[in-house]
Amino acid sequence: MAGAGIAVVGASLGGLRAAEQLRAAGWRDTITLFGEEPHLPYNRPPLSKEVLAGEAPASGTELRRRPSVQDVEWRLGTAVAAADLTARTLTLTDGSVHLYEGLVAATGVRPRRLPLPGGPPRHVVRTLEDSAALAAELVAGARVLVIGSGFIGCEVAATARTAGCEVTVVAPESEPMLLAVGEDLGRALRHRHEARGVRFRMGHLATALTPRGAVLDDGTELAADVLVEAVGSLPNTEWLATTPGLDLTDGILCDAHLRIGGLSHAVAVGDVARFPNPRYGPVPRRVEHWSVPGDTARHAARTLLAALTDTPRDPTPCAPLPAFWSDQFTLRLQSFGQPSLADRTELLSGDPESPDGDLLYGYYENDRLIGVAALGSPAASAAAARHRTELMTLPEPVV
Amino acid sequence: MVKVTVDMDVCQNHGQCVFAAPDVFRLDEDGHLAYVASPDAALRDDVEDAADVCPLQAIRVEG
Ligand SMILES: Cc1cc2nc3c(=O)[nH]c(=O)nc-3n(C[C@H](O)[C@H](O)[C@H](O)COP(=O)(O)OP(=O)(O)OC[C@H]3O[C@@H](n4cnc5c(N)ncnc54)[C@H](O)[C@@H]3O)c2cc1C
Repeated sequence: MAGAGIAVVGASLGGLRAAEQLRAAGWRDTITLFGEEPHLPYNRPPLSKEVLAGEAPASGTELRRRPSVQDVEWRLGTAVAAADLTARTLTLTDGSVHLYEGLVAATGVRPRRLPLPGGPPRHVVRTLEDSAALAAELVAGARVLVIGSGFIGCEVAATARTAGCEVTVVAPESEPMLLAVGEDLGRALRHRHEARGVRFRMGHLATALTPRGAVLDDGTELAADVLVEAVGSLPNTEWLATTPGLDLTDGILCDAHLRIGGLSHAVAVGDVARFPNPRYGPVPRRVEHWSVPGDTARHAARTLLAALTDTPRDPTPCAPLPAFWSDQFTLRLQSFGQPSLADRTELLSGDPESPDGDLLYGYYENDRLIGVAALGSPAASAAAARHRTELMTLPEPVV
Repeated sequence: MVKVTVDMDVCQNHGQCVFAAPDVFRLDEDGHLAYVASPDAALRDDVEDAADVCPLQAIRVEG
């Protein structure tokens, strides 16, 4: 086993950061990165924004790689089909077997699809190819139906509207981005979208698709030339199902040090990892924010190296501060902390009735500030960022 | 010394670099980025972290 090196499965943001952090933590041996996509790691956020709008070339999305990972082995266009975490082997889709000493799982998520057949041309946005295919359809006057009002749905709606499309968003929640930022900020966001011409049918589901559009649960028909499915994601964990005993319900269950299934030589990072964050109690959660692959990679790399080199592990649990942003039209939504867990929301500054001013909301759980979210200009984001120190303070000493 | 350049045509003032390397990057009241172009070599790791966390990948580190 010794000398077989570390295998990283998933060659995107999380996989790249894991390789860099392994080097930073002192690992000089082999690192092999397996990536299903044919591309070197690239940045996904522009795929629903600048790249989708044709404002930035897809080639500009390649992620910066630290010089320290120049000598890692890239196995791109190579999916891992199965893993045996006891024997420490990976089986690739061509049947060949790869031995490893340490494993990093960084396989992310893929878009969930609507369980409905038929419809007009259907799109999702996760990869470079997805973004290019949708971009080709966003011509002025095209009727675009977006199903789902989370951040990808809202961003695609804004980009399509800016391109001159007729855009309608359908979702079962009461307001867009409800799960991420709550009712009040969601409503303000919807008003700003509506002021720019996006239509919303909130509180509705699509129950059938036809070649000319969709039928909603109240019987109304919406005509559409293009359908975008933005209805959440499914973690890519099937390759681990071949190891018995792992909890793969909604991602890979990890402990507070990102170890998989109690094993010391296997860790998970990024969108696919479900781990407890001591900031918000013992419940393990997945967090699909861009900042998390970096934060978890740093911790996971140290966990793994302590095990492989038989040195003491840092006892502090992984406790990243969740942070996400979203760009819609010229508006920036910025969030720090975990607004979704709040029992109370408070307007900290701004006028929600104003069509364009900056807004800042605070989110509380048992009167403790657990999140802030801002909508508007860079100044609003900067105002949100000023609460970061308070949000960083851990609720109680953790061991 | 380390040489830092931020492509200000690409920068969108996310401020993630400010958290990673507060001695090098700063946001003003309006939320616009300012930075030290030649920080001390002791800050290299912080600057590398800042370049990593830039959502626009607008930060270059040399030297
Ligand atoms: C369109 C879009 C816009 C976004 N915008 C924002 C934003 O504005 N703000 C924000 O905070 N976050 C945003 N995000 C989220 C952010 O991009 C993700 O959190 C981040 O990409 C997660 O990185 P990851 O490496 O964990 O997973 P991924 O990026 O999903 O990478 C996983 C990789 O693993 C590969 N893989 C999967 N299975 C296998 C296998 N069996 N073998 C080998 N390889 C495999 C996949 O092909 C993929 O390349 C956006 C995401 C998308 C899709």
